[in-house]
Amino acid sequence: MSLDLAAIGIVAIPLLSAGLLLVLGRRTDAWGHWLGVVASTISAVLAFVILFGLLGRGAEDRAVDVHLFSWIPAGDLSVDAGFLLDPLSATFLMLITFVGTLIHVYAVAYMEHDDDRRRFFAYLNLFIAAMLILVLADSFALLFVGWEGVGLASYLLIGFWNQRTEYAVAAKKAFVMNRVGDMGLIIAMGAMFASIGSVEFADVFAAAPELSEGWATAIGIALLIGACGKSAQFPLQAWLGDAMAGPTPVSALIHAATMVTAGVYLVVRSGVIFEASPTAQLLVVIVGAITLLFGAIVGCAKDDIKKALAASTMSQIGYMMLAAGLGPVGYAFAIFHLLTHGFFKAGMFLGAGSVMHGMNDEVNMRGFGGLSKYMKITWITFGLGWLAIIGFPGLSGFWSKDKIIEAAFVGEGWQPWVFGTVTLLAAGITAFYMSRLFFMTFHGKARWNDGDNGLPGPVQHPHESPLLMTVPMIVLSVGSLGLGGFLMLGDRFFSWLEPVTGHVEHHEPVIPIPVIMGATIVLMVVGVLLAWRQYWASAVPITPPTGSVLTRAARRDLYQDSVNEATFARPGTHLVRTLTYADTAVVDGAVNGLGSGAVGLGERLRKMQNGHVRSYAALMSVGVVLVLAIVLAARI
Amino acid sequence: MSELTISSGEAVIFWILAPLMVLGALGLLFARKTVHIAVAVAGVMVGLAIMYIANEAPFLGVAQVVVYTGAVMMLFVFVIMLIGVDAKESLKETLAGQRFLALLAGGGLLVLVLAVTTRAALPDPVGLAAANADTNAVGVARILFSDFVFPFELTGALLITAAVGALSLTHRVRLGAKIGQRELATAKLKAYGAGAGSSLITNRPGPGIYARHNSADMPAVDAAGEPVEDSITTVLRIRGQEARLPSEEELAEAGAPYGQDEPAAVVAGAGDERKELEQ
Amino acid sequence: MSILNYLVLSGILFSIGAVAVIVRRNAIVAFMGVELMLNAANLTLVTFARMHGDLTGQVIAFFVMVVAAAEVVIGLAIIVSIFRTRGSASLDDASLLKS
Repeated sequence: MSLDLAAIGIVAIPLLSAGLLLVLGRRTDAWGHWLGVVASTISAVLAFVILFGLLGRGAEDRAVDVHLFSWIPAGDLSVDAGFLLDPLSATFLMLITFVGTLIHVYAVAYMEHDDDRRRFFAYLNLFIAAMLILVLADSFALLFVGWEGVGLASYLLIGFWNQRTEYAVAAKKAFVMNRVGDMGLIIAMGAMFASIGSVEFADVFAAAPELSEGWATAIGIALLIGACGKSAQFPLQAWLGDAMAGPTPVSALIHAATMVTAGVYLVVRSGVIFEASPTAQLLVVIVGAITLLFGAIVGCAKDDIKKALAASTMSQIGYMMLAAGLGPVGYAFAIFHLLTHGFFKAGMFLGAGSVMHGMNDEVNMRGFGGLSKYMKITWITFGLGWLAIIGFPGLSGFWSKDKIIEAAFVGEGWQPWVFGTVTLLAAGITAFYMSRLFFMTFHGKARWNDGDNGLPGPVQHPHESPLLMTVPMIVLSVGSLGLGGFLMLGDRFFSWLEPVTGHVEHHEPVIPIPVIMGATIVLMVVGVLLAWRQYWASAVPITPPTGSVLTRAARRDLYQDSVNEATFARPGTHLVRTLTYADTAVVDGAVNGLGSGAVGLGERLRKMQNGHVRSYAALMSVGVVLVLAIVLAARI
Repeated sequence: MSELTISSGEAVIFWILAPLMVLGALGLLFARKTVHIAVAVAGVMVGLAIMYIANEAPFLGVAQVVVYTGAVMMLFVFVIMLIGVDAKESLKETLAGQRFLALLAGGGLLVLVLAVTTRAALPDPVGLAAANADTNAVGVARILFSDFVFPFELTGALLITAAVGALSLTHRVRLGAKIGQRELATAKLKAYGAGAGSSLITNRPGPGIYARHNSADMPAVDAAGEPVEDSITTVLRIRGQEARLPSEEELAEAGAPYGQDEPAAVVAGAGDERKELEQ
Repeated sequence: MSILNYLVLSGILFSIGAVAVIVRRNAIVAFMGVELMLNAANLTLVTFARMHGDLTGQVIAFFVMVVAAAEVVIGLAIIVSIFRTRGSASLDDASLLKS
């Protein structure tokens, strides 16, 4: 099969499936979910075809541009719709379709008791198609189509249970905040067209090195805003926690593994632009560092298992963002971490879903505890994910995270010290909060009501999930376990990405690598031990203690919603209110005044239209007399 | 052309006729009964006819008498009879400001027309002696059948159209079956059967009170002593000319108990009051 | 006596006719007001014909008479049919122009 055909099919098949499921509606309720799974599986197979197709070529030939059609032939702006197959997009294809298919399978069981399972799968397929367009696009314009498509799918899936008002509100919040980021992307495209005259990757990246620094910075910052919106990075991070309102497979696929990493993809893909502007690059690193700490701190305080994982996702994407901002030295590491994170975080989300499945959809970790006995497979797979994310030596996360920390220490001046320290510290905090999550859920004493122990809450009968759910978890945990090491062997992943990220000479960090590695492991162990002492060895209170100022702030997401409310929403409300008032008083006043004046005049004149012919005759006669008088007066 | 001289005879006729005509026209404004107005206007028309003749237009004068006095005004009277001869109109104004507007329009017109006629620079009157040389009718006919022959033909069409229009306007489509004597009698009996009262099928009581009043305007008295309205003819009732029975108090005042030798005083004008109320 | 007296008389009659149309509620009376106005105009025409020594004015007056006759026929027919349907010849009752 030619790569062109595979590239078209990989997008078209899930799109067709989604359309079919939505158009045929309830008729497909019986088998619709399997159609979704099959569509996703075919996409995964095609992704393998593309991967091997590219692997079969020489490193220099691994970029295939599939021209689809002339899309926007508008004068100076001429955009062709086309797909770009290169190692970077192929990597994403694998991640999206492979993890996506596993999650499809998982969702068949997870959503079994939902009346709208067919609609859910339609949206999932729509998401897969849109995400594939996003990563396959060969121009920013087509990327934007995918970008909006995943935003739409995300909105539909977060609000999937939109009969609950707060879920619908969460979906709306995600949608609106994503739109802020989308504006950044649109502005970036406008700036590209203004400065370069094209939005196609090939033209833009060819022209980027010659771009003036002002343009490069402007485009870079606009792209960063777009990336922040989609990837829940610092100023636009508030939606991700609420996005956990969606069903757990959605959280795993969209809000952990794929869509939220689109921002990282965007930054890495447009690396050339960022390299032309050190300011924009530095901003990316700063945003990454802030989000990294932000997510980690919030993650320490959350009791909702999904929200804690969401905070962790935010933090891990901060790692990737930071790495992407470091320039060519970090691109490959960012994508590497993205890939491993996609596996272990999706695995952990599925594990969380499995726990919820067994615990009557309970999400409060203070109501868990000691579940390892009841859900062996979930426990092991989740445990592997946990070890991977905290960077336990040998597992996936260890390799990818360690590389980023090393890269953060590379450089001159103050930057390596600050960013290196932040990544190092965050590694320790990550170990703490992930261990807290793991211990609170699976270890310690049971804090749920088993019917005898007199604890509050509904009676729980924890049980292992069905095979359809555990198998994807097992597969993903294998990825958590070995994917990092497998790709690290002989630096094969980095040489695979080299055509895109560029070849980079090895730089020596400011601190020797063994010291960094040692410090990372020590911090990790300290974090795990602290968590063990507090959440496994000692009893966890069922009602959350008041906690310190920081804890309380972290529970409220470091007041992100209040800040947004105070800085944007309220001034905006006031502005709108003022404008509305001005509109009512001035514009409407003038218009309505004119209208009511005419009405008033009409009201007076209406009195003359009383329907009495005698009245009309009198008025007409008076009129005749007046006209006669005027005519005669004019004659005199 | 010769100067026109107006004979003193014509002046006398004018000064006698003109005030009469204005008076008749004012009747249009102030008279209450339609028939009176029609007669007054007919008088004005006759006056006009005389003035036409005085104005050397004998043909028009005759036509005026024939067309207006003879046909139009009689048509008016005919319609007045058709609609209700006795309808008197209240002169009270109901529309606010109507009187004022009328005064304004009428006064304004009068002032303007008089101002124009008195102040206009008119040529000296010529008179129609030359034009009427072959009699007035011949003179008129010459112009009518030469310059105005086409409009004249058109008036013929107009008159026919008017006649047909009047027919169609007053034509009534019969919606139900024709009601003859038989049908009427059946309907009355049916209504009686449905409990409509016996007055439908029996003779109505005649007017007058036994041994006291036999005049046609005095209603009969039923067993309860109340007047029976049906006993008076409709015309008298509409005109408000029926008499009213004296009440007990009035009888007492008159000093003669009802039903004794002294005839009860008839209180006249009761119908007039009711008529006022109706208006 | 001046021939203008006829014109003055005509103006007075015309004004009275106009006021009658405005003031009187009975359709027949108002209609007679219209007729009075037409006749006043006729008098003017006849007077001017005599003043100018031209019979055309009389011919026009004749036409006015004919048209007025036609108009009377139609107008009275309308009054009769209105009276039939509404039971009244009052102009104020026929205020359907309002709606």
